[in-house]
Amino acid sequence: MAQTEQEILEGLANIVNEETGVDVADVQLDKSFTDDLDIDSLSMMTIVVNAEEAFGVRIPDDEVKNLSTVGDAVTFIKNAQA
Amino acid sequence: MSAGSSDTKVVITGLGATTPLGGDMPTTWEALLAGTCGARTIEADWVAKYELPVTFGAPIHTPADQALTKVEVRRLDPNAQYAMIASREAWQDAGVPEVDPERLGVAIGTGIGGVWTLLDQWDNLREKGPRRVFPLAVPMLMPNSATGNVSLDLGARAGAHTIVSACASGAEAMGLAAEMIRSGRADVVVAGGTEGAMHPLCFAGFAAMQALSKRNDDPAHASRPYDVARDGFVMGEGAGIMVLESEEHAKARGARIYAEFAGHGMSADSHHIAAPEPEGAGASRAMTEAVRNAGLSATDIIHINAHATSTPVGDVAEAAAIRRAFGEAADGMPVSATKSMTGHLLGAAGALEGLFTVLAVHHRVAPPTINIENLDPEVDLDVIRDTPRELPAGDIAALNNSFGFGGHNVALAIKSYS
Repeated sequence: MAQTEQEILEGLANIVNEETGVDVADVQLDKSFTDDLDIDSLSMMTIVVNAEEAFGVRIPDDEVKNLSTVGDAVTFIKNAQA
Repeated sequence: MSAGSSDTKVVITGLGATTPLGGDMPTTWEALLAGTCGARTIEADWVAKYELPVTFGAPIHTPADQALTKVEVRRLDPNAQYAMIASREAWQDAGVPEVDPERLGVAIGTGIGGVWTLLDQWDNLREKGPRRVFPLAVPMLMPNSATGNVSLDLGARAGAHTIVSACASGAEAMGLAAEMIRSGRADVVVAGGTEGAMHPLCFAGFAAMQALSKRNDDPAHASRPYDVARDGFVMGEGAGIMVLESEEHAKARGARIYAEFAGHGMSADSHHIAAPEPEGAGASRAMTEAVRNAGLSATDIIHINAHATSTPVGDVAEAAAIRRAFGEAADGMPVSATKSMTGHLLGAAGALEGLFTVLAVHHRVAPPTINIENLDPEVDLDVIRDTPRELPAGDIAALNNSFGFGGHNVALAIKSYS
């Protein structure tokens, strides 16, 4: 069930939008969750929990702090699916 | 601004609500005067699934997602959603007061809190495991979630308090708000009650106590306070919020003033965890204290919005308490039992009925009680039936009674402002 980078980005953008109201179009690979999208750590966890279910992967709590940009998250999910 | 003192007058400058009768205060008030009933059969699949003995209630008239964003709906339990809707309306209605954030407070009561979130997340834990428990579960289910979110929304920093005293919660919150202003802690307080507890567990629990009406085939006539055939209350939901303000602060900004929040009285029965004390001693003390605290005398009170939930025991206990408190003077206090139309909003009930009392004094018209076919002879009161009653000109005052499981008694005294 591996997905392309673009598919993961689109899916993630929808989750970010649903959880925080950030525009889907603003969720780009180079954007920082905290600095650019103004997402706090609690909201980040709601995104992680939903992303795990949507992409069928496990994102360990210790790993979340390393996902500073949208691109980091997409790469992690892509590798976890492989 | 003001240092506050026991002489500080507290006035009401904004009203907001979402109720079984309307998505805002004006719609609700209009439906109330028209004698509209908000009770109806519940269409959710869980009614049949759990074979609930009661299949109707009084849900909010206008879905919350019409007033809130998608993200707000997702991140707030219904309990907090309703409080946000009513608070924002009240704040707009008050003219969006300019106030120092450290002089702006919040006091919101709830009977049950975020019960939908609590039980949905418990289902998630059992069915899908701990990783599927929503990270916002705790801030959504905590009983102070509504208060905290309203404080955040309005930037209120004088103090944000949550009152939990079952069906007296909303009225008690308004009393606390007045105390915050009188003691000098705040110039403006957003106060009231909220409840979003029409969950199958609550239906089953209240039904198990024999507290709910079982008139499943005729929801519109099930809530019938003071009628001989009453058989329990009808569960409702929603929120009622008012903006209370020191008179000095309200006048300085040229605010429209609905009425004066003249005083309040509170007492506890210490009699039984759910049943009212049958002689009405505690309830009567709350009423006489409200009148005293307001600097009024019994003959100044020209209307009472009763707690009257349509339970066999509660309605007559309150009627006895009113007589006990005021004796012959009660003849001059026409009584409305508005739960005949709204159902029982639990922790929001006292707040919503507080708003009704404010509007009754402001517009000089008291709402009716519907569904009385045969007045219970034990109810020795001038009950306003079927159509609204005009209230006299001049200085007038009215009481709002609220009582809760646990033996909590609260009475609010609202006075006309000129």
